[in-house]
Amino acid sequence: MEILSGIFQISLEQGLAYALVALGIVISFRILAFPDLTVDGSFVLGGAAVARMIVLGYHPLAGIVLAILIGFAAGCATGLLNTRLKINSLLAGILIMTILYSVNLRVMGRSNTPLLNYVTVFTPFEQMESRWLSVVLFFALVVFAIKFLTDLFLHTQFGLAMRATGDNEQMIRTLGVNTDNITVFGLGISNAFVALSGALVAQHQGFADIGMGIGMIVAGLAAIIIGETLLRAKSVGMMTLAAILGSFIYRLIITIGLWLGLAPTDLKMATGAMVILALGFPALKKGKEERLHLRGI
Amino acid sequence: MEKMVVVENLKKIFNRNTIDEKVAIDGIGLEVQRGAFITVIGSNGAGKTTLLNLIAGTHLPDEGKVFIDGREVTLLPEHRRAKYLGRIFQNPLMGTASSMTIEENLFMAELRGRSRGLSWGVTKRQRKQYKELLKILGLGLEDRLSDGVSLLSGGQRQCLTLLMATLSLPKLLLLDEHTASLDPKTAEKVIDLTDRIVRENELTTIMITHNMNQAINFGDRMIMLHEGKIQFDIEGKEKKHLTVEEVVKRFGEKLEDETLLCKPVEG
Repeated sequence: MEILSGIFQISLEQGLAYALVALGIVISFRILAFPDLTVDGSFVLGGAAVARMIVLGYHPLAGIVLAILIGFAAGCATGLLNTRLKINSLLAGILIMTILYSVNLRVMGRSNTPLLNYVTVFTPFEQMESRWLSVVLFFALVVFAIKFLTDLFLHTQFGLAMRATGDNEQMIRTLGVNTDNITVFGLGISNAFVALSGALVAQHQGFADIGMGIGMIVAGLAAIIIGETLLRAKSVGMMTLAAILGSFIYRLIITIGLWLGLAPTDLKMATGAMVILALGFPALKKGKEERLHLRGI
Repeated sequence: MEKMVVVENLKKIFNRNTIDEKVAIDGIGLEVQRGAFITVIGSNGAGKTTLLNLIAGTHLPDEGKVFIDGREVTLLPEHRRAKYLGRIFQNPLMGTASSMTIEENLFMAELRGRSRGLSWGVTKRQRKQYKELLKILGLGLEDRLSDGVSLLSGGQRQCLTLLMATLSLPKLLLLDEHTASLDPKTAEKVIDLTDRIVRENELTTIMITHNMNQAINFGDRMIMLHEGKIQFDIEGKEKKHLTVEEVVKRFGEKLEDETLLCKPVEG
């Protein structure tokens, strides 16, 4: 029982910490239908920015605000490459992600910044008796506040136009919406969420590292797919809820896997396989049905 | 009478200076009176859709000018001239956002050409208004306001698109074979509804069609395009007394059989 509750606790904490990445990916992949790979870079960018600010002696909240702002800028950069320079969406994301690698090293000044001896947003929780619970509540508060704001936003006039941009760009353009600007802005929001997640995770784990974003897009996608499968999400509110739930379940699967002896080095491979299976399942199923059909079964 | 649309010496060449060079529109001049309902026919590749695309700003012309309601819009990007235009495409999927609800789609159309802020989307007042509006269709959609559009049939979606295109009473309504992919019965319903809405609101309308009967029976002016040029342009009494046989007799050699009989793949 002890172990099971330990697994649950770790998964919930991690799931909430990374839930904002999944929420960001919902905006890019699902709402805008834009496969944005900037995430791997903007996650580190958030962590690097907050780490540098803290080390320089600024208040961690100031670092978080900065992380959100430059995360937004990174997303906009990808959007601008795609809409203004007409660079393919996947390539635009990869380009900015690659550029961010250098930027992140510049921001930190080195490849790893420990934060253990500095005051972070989690420092006040250290002395509390129920440290785990208060950290989880803190994460839950941030995540659900942002989920709620996102839901509201996507029902405003502007938000409707953003959803329509991903659904039927031609149509909403003929209704007088500059879809280019919406795409740029939406990717900005998406990456601002991701950078915020990076900023919180860096403080939570006590360091920022140049490699902390590797595979973030795939992990986030896995979370979304798991959540959508479980909740059969149709409405916007359900979609964002599914992302949060999926993020938790994904971490649960990972934690159980590690407990069962999955080598941490194989984690990305396992996650990748999970996403391939989930994405490929409909095609495999259909293929099998067709083969059966051909055989007359 | 006032002119709602003026097109001057319009020219559009695709793939210029390559072996695929195609003169899609070859010096078209056209004046459309306010409140006129024009039907456009022509065989595949005659330039019908390109003409609408140039008026709507989807493509920009190589030469010539476009005026809508006295204002030059030749180089205005598509989204900036949207406030003047309502448009319906052949593919029913193109006119609506399928992951969004009926009321959300209508609301987006109501905001045509206006700036979209952070105020709340669909309100009670709109819901009530949309209910009344949808009753016109007689499809029972008035009770399904918060249903996703993906649940609707092609015909239902095209009817919804028609409402959306005309909701904010555009200066010009562009219809691009909007009944071509519907079954005959639904197509008839949509075309009748189109005629009714256009007449009731006195909308200036340009309708491309491959159905010769539609082209003759609806509208008060008919234009035939051939190889990017206006082949003939008749209105008034002459149009009223036109028959399919006569059009075929006069211009049959320039209209491929499929134009007269069945629906094409691409206009």
